[in-house]
Amino acid sequence: MMNRRTMFQASAALLAGSVVGTPFAGLAAETVMPFENGERPIVKYPQKRPMIGLTSRPPQLETPFTVFNEGAITPNDAFFVRYHLAGIPLEIDPEKFSVEIKGKVDRPSSLSLADIKKMTAIELVAVNQCSGNSRGFFMPRVAGGQLGNGAMGNARWKGVPLKAVLDMAGVQAGARQVVFGGLDGPVSDTTPDFAKALDIDHARDGEVMLAYSMNGQDLPFLNGFPLRLVVPGYYGTYWVKHLNEINVVDEVFDGFWMKTAYRIPDNDCHCVEPGTAPKSTIPINRLNVRSFITNLADGDKIKAGMTALKGVAFDGGSGLKEVVVSIDGGENWQAAQFGEDLGKYSFREWSLQVRLAAGERELKVRATSNDGSTQPMQALWNPAGYMRNVVETVRVTAG
Amino acid sequence: MRPFVLLALAGIAAASIGVRGLVAAGANPVSYQLPDETAAFKPGPNLEAAQNNCTGCHSADYISTQPRGPRFKKDFWQAEVTKMIKLYGAPIEDADVPKIVDYLAATY
Repeated sequence: MMNRRTMFQASAALLAGSVVGTPFAGLAAETVMPFENGERPIVKYPQKRPMIGLTSRPPQLETPFTVFNEGAITPNDAFFVRYHLAGIPLEIDPEKFSVEIKGKVDRPSSLSLADIKKMTAIELVAVNQCSGNSRGFFMPRVAGGQLGNGAMGNARWKGVPLKAVLDMAGVQAGARQVVFGGLDGPVSDTTPDFAKALDIDHARDGEVMLAYSMNGQDLPFLNGFPLRLVVPGYYGTYWVKHLNEINVVDEVFDGFWMKTAYRIPDNDCHCVEPGTAPKSTIPINRLNVRSFITNLADGDKIKAGMTALKGVAFDGGSGLKEVVVSIDGGENWQAAQFGEDLGKYSFREWSLQVRLAAGERELKVRATSNDGSTQPMQALWNPAGYMRNVVETVRVTAG
Repeated sequence: MRPFVLLALAGIAAASIGVRGLVAAGANPVSYQLPDETAAFKPGPNLEAAQNNCTGCHSADYISTQPRGPRFKKDFWQAEVTKMIKLYGAPIEDADVPKIVDYLAATY
């Protein structure tokens, strides 16, 4: 039986031989996510390599998990795509594109892309992860995008600090939040337009960024060309794409996408008993800590003896303290070696040589952050299927 | 800065531009061509009610990828349709609601 990975590779190979340069979706190639009703087409979009197709309108593309074994940086052509509303821009003139800064500011203004590129740039490496990454693994299952683990990616972002833009405009006393809008929107005017908000202090922390470059290139179209918000350490929902509106407000923004959607239980674990509803909720915010084995997939058969394990870990910005690995289902743990430190918001690669005796082996990986938080051994649950970060298990057969 | 046109006119320079579908151009807008939508609603009772009311805002794979099984029948789909109307403002007539729910529960 083919495992997940070989099946995907076979699909990709099939695809590579068939069509070049023509966008098409869902022809012939397919992969199967390791949960019920997990059949997905392998799709080819412009600027993207073959990706796992979740939905076509609006487009949602998941990164094939093997990509995360290529390195700490996720290539632009493999970076996941997530839109909420089908009114997405399909033509943008970067020479005419501008972002409007308005609301509680002394000098409302409009900045062109050229204006922004003339400002002093900053760069940082940060993980963008969808709030609902891994939702398909929730048990009991919940409604929503049934994602595997590929709605995350790590890139080097270049742009200007939001703080610099806000300072230019002159934020007025009494400002409480900054609301962000992009070119994408609903197809019906009765559907709430996509908009997200950050507290004013967060917006001015010097790290939240208006990014025009990703891994040294223009943003891919579906990743927010030509300008997107980058909110290091925060879930992707805040990373507004095609960013064209920055509105400083003197209240807590109560738009649908903050007040009703993207809410998590207001408790330490952001979880509730499976099947129950939280008493109170707050907007989703910082990424929790996660780690993955990337060079072996569930069901792989490998040679007994010494094996190199590797993977990635990340958290919401406190940085990683340690990654430990178990080869016996969680009874004993040993510390892995870290790879290069690309910054506290980045994927951190890890590796470890282990000796696997013949037989079925249950491999686990667990990361701990500098802030002391770690991954639960048993999956936590919430009704929206957000923030999954259970210790991952990969079952292999050594022989 | 390199303004690009994403080559929607696929076939033409496919061999030279490769799978990225990109070609350099002057100061032109960048355009993007989404692949054709291939996901379709499965045949079932009251298919038209679902097609007419759901397709305007999203493709059929939004439905087909949802969890399956006994816990994901009428109550689940009723909640989803209600969510679309109440939260996402879907302009669905009352008379169509039970038809859509029946179709979804019977077909997925």
